[in-house]
Amino acid sequence: MLPVLSVEGLSASYRKNKVLDNVVFDVEPGTMTSIVGPNGAGKSTLLKVILELHPRLAGKVAFFGSPYPKVKSRIGYVPQRGSVDWDFPTNALDVVMMGLYGKIGWLKWPKRSHREKAMEALAEMGMADYASRQISQLSGGQQQRVFLARALVMDADLYFLDEPLAGVDAATERAIMATLNLLKSRGRTVLVVHHDLQTVEDYFDHVLLLNRSVIAHGPTEEIFNESNIYRTYGGTLRWRGARSG
Amino acid sequence: MTLGLSHNAQWVLLSTLILGTAAGIIGCFAYWKRQSLMSDALSHAALPGVIIGFAILGVKNLPVMIAGAAASALFGALIIHWIRSSSRVKEDAAMGIILSVFFGFGVMLLTFVNRMAGANQSGLDSFIFGQAASMVSKDVWLMSGLALLVLFIAIVAFKEWKLFLFDAAFAKGLGLSSRWMNSLYMFCLVLVIVIGIQAVGVILMAALLITPAVSARYWTNSFKWMMVLSALFGGGAGVIGTLLSAYGKGWPTGPFIVIAAASLFVFSLALGIRKGLLVIGIQQYRQRRQLNQPSVQNLHLPERGGSG
Repeated sequence: MLPVLSVEGLSASYRKNKVLDNVVFDVEPGTMTSIVGPNGAGKSTLLKVILELHPRLAGKVAFFGSPYPKVKSRIGYVPQRGSVDWDFPTNALDVVMMGLYGKIGWLKWPKRSHREKAMEALAEMGMADYASRQISQLSGGQQQRVFLARALVMDADLYFLDEPLAGVDAATERAIMATLNLLKSRGRTVLVVHHDLQTVEDYFDHVLLLNRSVIAHGPTEEIFNESNIYRTYGGTLRWRGARSG
Repeated sequence: MTLGLSHNAQWVLLSTLILGTAAGIIGCFAYWKRQSLMSDALSHAALPGVIIGFAILGVKNLPVMIAGAAASALFGALIIHWIRSSSRVKEDAAMGIILSVFFGFGVMLLTFVNRMAGANQSGLDSFIFGQAASMVSKDVWLMSGLALLVLFIAIVAFKEWKLFLFDAAFAKGLGLSSRWMNSLYMFCLVLVIVIGIQAVGVILMAALLITPAVSARYWTNSFKWMMVLSALFGGGAGVIGTLLSAYGKGWPTGPFIVIAAASLFVFSLALGIRKGLLVIGIQQYRQRRQLNQPSVQNLHLPERGGSG
């Protein structure tokens, strides 16, 4: 089967520092992969380079066998919550509507059907009561759910999420994981930059261990073991196995 | 309603109304792009272009001078961008350098050009502090037309501007090119600046861009209404300032427009229904009073359950 995402020899740098070096991996459809690695391993940069938000030095990326610009509408991206100014004067429903702008069409105004679709996505994230709430007045977890709802309405085949579970409350973590599992059950593919090693085995069926290049990649039960994690994190890790120990 | 103004003055009034409206809207964009200071740097950087435009023709020809102003402002923007990306100098320092160097250069050119024959009567000085009354009907038409063009671009692509200003990376994922939007934004910003400098002057033009947007923020939590209010405040300041200066003989327009805009700001700061000082004061007073009336309920039960 054609991989949903195919990354070949990807390299990128920030100023003089090479943060990604010859990254190679394929992602199979219908999988849920966590991208795990220490701080500065290039996890967020990897997403940004794949989505052409950051320039690449070398390498090739193909989605469903096509280059990014051709399949943009089939890809949903949930950036880190801190990447926008939440003081911007708008409400939750409005932010979710932004996910539909591609479908609405440029220079056209949204219709009632678009609004209803956005409301549904908010409801799916348990945020229906907050539709008209000013986004600056939402908690961090609620803001994250709004971002996820915005990705949901895009109805994409492949989702990239950058640290969606960072600094959110337990209810939000449950809501987000339920949604991601729902997407997976609908045959969608999900890639998540993740920081919590304790939950990797419970949440994701695939793992990509990254430290500037791919240390290991594959099904969680095969790859996610002490020696691979040690190779990824080096001596900086204090981790006592989640399930085994 | 003629307000005791001449025919020409009425047209001038209309054009500063449209100019203020356009500046208010583009000022909103600049506010959310965190580029308020950039608009100040660009308007100062426009001065050399105005003078060179005059010197080339030897007569006052507004289209040529506006083109010169735009070229010189864009050149300034280019250098700011270049300094920021190729050296360790931060953007605010780069803007400070460009602002003062370009303005100083402009004033120097002005000194030379003023010695040329007939230059003293050209009203070149009015580009520094603004002199709306010096505009003739051709100037009024040009200025209003270009301001309406900016208004049109802002309103037609309202949804796109909102997306771009809130989350440019996400916009790019949807196919809205950041480079394209940035260029369009720069085009509108420079256009508003160069058409405004004759009426408001290069020194004070930025105030007409910054102040209405900041004032509008105190009244609303919706981007649409912030744009509408900012446009009203900008247009209002333009009209009030022009009127006041028209009643004096040869009074510069810019300072009056700026004072009008600043008055609207002080009013908004004090009485604005969102984050205005009065509203915040009342809220704090109420909260303090609640705390000072302890009851068993307040001490033991949280106000509301559920996840925050």
